[in-house]
Parts: sequence; C-alpha cells; structure tokens
Amino acid sequence: MRQLRVMRNVHLGIKNLLLHKLRSLLTMLGMVFGVASVIAMLSIGEGASKDALEQIQKLGSTNIIISAQKPVEDQEISTTRSFMSVYGLLYDDEQRIREVFPAVEKTAPVKLVRKEGRLHERSLELRVVGTTPEWFELVHRRLVGGRPIVARDLDTHAPVVVLTEYGARRLLATEQTIGQLLRIGGDHFEVIGIVQSEEGGGAGIQLPDQEVDAYIPLNVARERYGDVTTRRTTGSQEREKVELHQLIVQVASNDEVESTSFGISAMLQRFHKKADYRVDVPLGLLRQAEATKRTFNIVLGSIAGISLLVGGIGIMNIMLANVTERTREIGVRRAIGAKRKQIVMQFLIETVVLSTVGGLLGIIVGVSIPFAVTLLSDMPTVIAPWSLILSVGISMTVGVLFGLYPAVRAANLDPIEALRHE
Amino acid sequence: MVSTNPESIVLLEEVRKTYLMGGEEVHALAGVSLKVERGVFCAIMGPSGSGKSTMLNLLGCLDRPTSGRYTLAGQDIGTLNDDRLSELRLKYLGFVFQSFNLIPQLTVRENIELPLFYLGYEAAECAKLATELAGRVGLGNRVNHRPTELSGGQQQRVAVARALANDPQLILADEPTGNLDSATGKQVMELLVDLNAHGKTIVMVTHEPDIAAYAQRRIHMLDGVIDRVEENA
Repeated sequence: MRQLRVMRNVHLGIKNLLLHKLRSLLTMLGMVFGVASVIAMLSIGEGASKDALEQIQKLGSTNIIISAQKPVEDQEISTTRSFMSVYGLLYDDEQRIREVFPAVEKTAPVKLVRKEGRLHERSLELRVVGTTPEWFELVHRRLVGGRPIVARDLDTHAPVVVLTEYGARRLLATEQTIGQLLRIGGDHFEVIGIVQSEEGGGAGIQLPDQEVDAYIPLNVARERYGDVTTRRTTGSQEREKVELHQLIVQVASNDEVESTSFGISAMLQRFHKKADYRVDVPLGLLRQAEATKRTFNIVLGSIAGISLLVGGIGIMNIMLANVTERTREIGVRRAIGAKRKQIVMQFLIETVVLSTVGGLLGIIVGVSIPFAVTLLSDMPTVIAPWSLILSVGISMTVGVLFGLYPAVRAANLDPIEALRHE
Repeated sequence: MVSTNPESIVLLEEVRKTYLMGGEEVHALAGVSLKVERGVFCAIMGPSGSGKSTMLNLLGCLDRPTSGRYTLAGQDIGTLNDDRLSELRLKYLGFVFQSFNLIPQLTVRENIELPLFYLGYEAAECAKLATELAGRVGLGNRVNHRPTELSGGQQQRVAVARALANDPQLILADEPTGNLDSATGKQVMELLVDLNAHGKTIVMVTHEPDIAAYAQRRIHMLDGVIDRVEENA
C-alpha cells in the first residue's frame, strides 16, 4: 500500500513535470551540470589511477629504474669531430648499490647495442640487451617458449639469445624457433627462448623492454661489442662510451621503494660529476596520478558543488512557485482528508522526481565528457559503475534537501485559506 | 466507528468562534447550538458576514471552535489533533465547493479516486469504484477527460461523485450552484435531493432562497447566531 502511494506520487510528479516541459528542463539544468561534473571528475580521476596502476604493474611496483642519460653538455659538443662522450651507469654502480642498501634484493644491469639480426634472408634491426638472469625476474613477462637466460649462460659465456615474440615472428616466421642460429652483427647466437614484450610507456616512465629486444648474457655483450659505440653520420663520427645503459633495482617491499630511491640518487650524485642518469620510481606514478586526480577533483568538485547548489536552489524556487500555484489543490486534498505528512510526501517525491530526472540527464552528459576528454587529450578515463549510482544518489539527496522546505510549507498551509486562494 | 447517538450526526453546543482582526475580537459565531439528525437535508442561509461560512468550516472539521463543543458522529472534535481531524474528514465527510475545486492535471476518474487513494484502496479497486461513481452522476463516458474539458455542471457533478467516494455520513456543500446557471444548478440540486432520498445527510450553505427550498430544514443565521429555523411540513 505504501509502495502504491509512492508510485502514484511519482506518477503525479512526472505528470506535473510534463505539464511544464520547458520550465522543468530549465530547472533541471543545474542538476544536469552538477551531476555531469561529478561523473567527469570521478572518471578522470579513476582513469588516471587505473592507468598508473597498469603502468606500475608492467614496470614492477617494487622496482627502481635507473637509466643512462646523455648529459646536455655532451649533446652540444658531440657534433665536433672524433669526440667521445663518456656517460651512463658504471659496473661499479651496480656493485655499490647492492652493497650499500640492504633493502635492495636484486639488480638487473642492462647494456644496449643496436645491431642487425639476420636469419637466412630475413633481417630485423634489433636492440641487443646484454643482461643477467635477474632481468627476467624483475621485468615480468610471460615466457612463450624455451627458457630464459640463466646463471650458467654467464658462467660459460654462452652465445645464446632470448627473442621477443615479435622478433621471433619477424625473423623466424613459422619455422622451428628454439635452437635456430641467429646472426647478430658478426656473431652467431643460439635462440634459447621467446618472451612476450610490452611496448610503450605513456605516463612518464618508459617501459624497460621493447618488442625488438634480443636478450643475451651481459658478459657476452661486453666481450663482443665493448663499451664504446661508434655511429657515423655525414662528415662526423659520434662515439660514446657507456658501461651500462640501465639498472633495474628491486627492493624488498613497497615501503622501501622511496627511501631507497632517494639513497640511490644521493649516492649516484656523489660518484657522477655529470647528470648522466635518471632515477625513475614506478610507484611514484601513483603519486603523480593522485596529484592529477586531486587537481581534477578540486576543479570539477567545485563546479559540481556550485552547480548542485544552484540547481538545488533552482528546484526549490520552482517548487515554491509550484506550491503557490497549487495552493487550491493542497486545500482540496487537505479537505478530503490528506494528512500533513501525505502532502509533504507528495511534494517531496515530486521534487525528487524532478532532481532525479535532472540527474539522469546529467549522467548522459557526464558520460560523454570523459569520452570527449579521452578523444581530445589522450587522457585515460574510466567510468566506474558506482559513480553512476552515486550520481543518482546525489540527485535524489539534492531533491530531498531542497524539496523539504517547499513541501513542509505546502503541508502547513491552512486548509481554509488554501481553499479560498485564487 | 459507529456513532453512539444514532439519530444525530452533528451536535453543536454553545459553539463560539472568535477571530482577532486588527487587535479587535470578531465573533464569527457567538454561541450556536444545533442538532442535525441523520438523513436530514438542511440549508444554512444568511447574508454575508452572518457566520455561515465559519459554520461550514467548523462542521467540516477544517477548524476548531474557540469554545463550546462540537460532536461529529459521536466524537468531540475539540480534543483531536490535526492528523485525527484529517482522518475524520476522510472517513465521515464529503465536500462540494462553489468553484468545484477539481484538480486540473488529473482526469475525472483520478479526481474521484482521491479520497479512495487516501483511504488506501488498491489501484484497481479505486478505478472500479470511481468509474461506478462517475456513472452514478451521469458522466460514465467522461472518466478520462480533464476537468477543463467539461462544462460547469459536469464539473460539479464530478465533485459530487468525489464527495461520495468515501461513502460519507455527512455531505457539506458550499454554494454548490453559485457558479452555475439555473438550469444546470437545478440538475445538481436534483442530484443532491436524490442522494438525500437515498439516506445521505446533507448540510448546504446558500444565500439563494429557491436553492434553499430544496432542503427540508432552513437555518437562518444573522450576526453569528441562529436567527430562526424553518422546517418543511
């Protein structure tokens, strides 16, 4: 019976809404923008966190990634003839980091060389990654076939290579992949395994792997290719000496990531005269995402708050006009025997219907805003289902809050006066 | 709740109603005693300012007396709160107004359903009873029309049907023909007379003698008191 009454009142509310279509629509605009801002805010914030979390998962949350970076001053002189720029991480850096910081559990040193990989008539420009077995533990990728590099490979200086799925497809096609001999530069390597690869980076930190990677034992890379690379360009040659291009450090737990990264930065600063490295902390992405989230929350939250307030006041205003307009109706209902609380319920439900319809329209607008944001700015957005439920909840709450006063006013009208009202 | 006094539905004992107007006390009712038995059709007459509207509001439980006692169907309404008064109106009373007072956004049927809705009837039952009542006042084919699509006489008949929906013990009519021409006014009066013939108690306020002539008893008011009572033989 109670449900029946509510449904009747909802029905009546919708009827009254439709009676003044333009008026209702204008009244609802505040709610529409308010709710739209709430949804946009939540979806942008949610998108930023989700993106960061995915990124962190790919990068490893307990990892610290230290990369060699060509110092600015070297970039300027490098056009001069036969200049050799020496920069990047040192073999000793790895040693020191491992010894100094107890929180450090594993390190994976990385040496990079660009070489052409060749198998029969196929060829692919590879990024040869000289590294240790730890790489495969710190850069978590699925093993598609064969095995990764193991400690024994380094002990025996084995000429073995692990390819990415992409590289394998490009070089080996459909042939039996594992066990093939691949020529990299001037040397032959036996393909022992294939791993998946992730591409890109996006929000700040480059992923350590690429799809053109070919992983070989670090000591083999050092013996075959040395630390000096020469690149000939027209009229000049560019020479670089880099011991290690990257160092991936894993600490025991998330709590130790930040302190350890500060320690590493401080230590590297002491041993490196030039700023020829950078330290990236994947976990820091979460902080960045939170900062983005906070900014958007403040901006859109204020818009939402103001819109909802203005929308609520607009609704209250219209409902007050409505009560005045329908004074006689209220008088009739009271004379027939409606109790005060039934009049309150009637007008309250009508207000909630108005604000909820506004909220639903707001959801439509609100869902399209993040869509447009993603389309125009490449910023990821995620519309969480709970944010839609929250929006409906907010609009209903606004309806109740701002509908209460007009409804109580309607109920407190003197029936005799109300019946006499012109 | 059945009345303990079967013959009288309305009992007024020395009822006074005093308003404060600009610091001065106005005695709208200055000591009225009245008894209305069940099944009676009575008219309250008098010039404006004689207290007949105040009397009707009081009888309709829309107001409480300043002093004196009003017993409706055996209940002293002076002691009841707003909710209980509403319940009383809902169960015992039916109103017919001069300006019909139908709710414009509702259809004829929905208007007639209103008392049933507040009584808590199921939707299907509401619709069935309302359609029946519309038929009884001769508007069975107009149930889905809006009040604005009806003539004045038709609107007043809808109002009568609405007043009947809760099967009231007392129908209160306030100048029911005041906004109608004499021909349609006559139809509405005949409807009321017919209801009375079927046992409904009716109290009607009017200042037109030929309308009052339909009633069995005419109560003439003057300056807040009952001046004289005429009874048909």
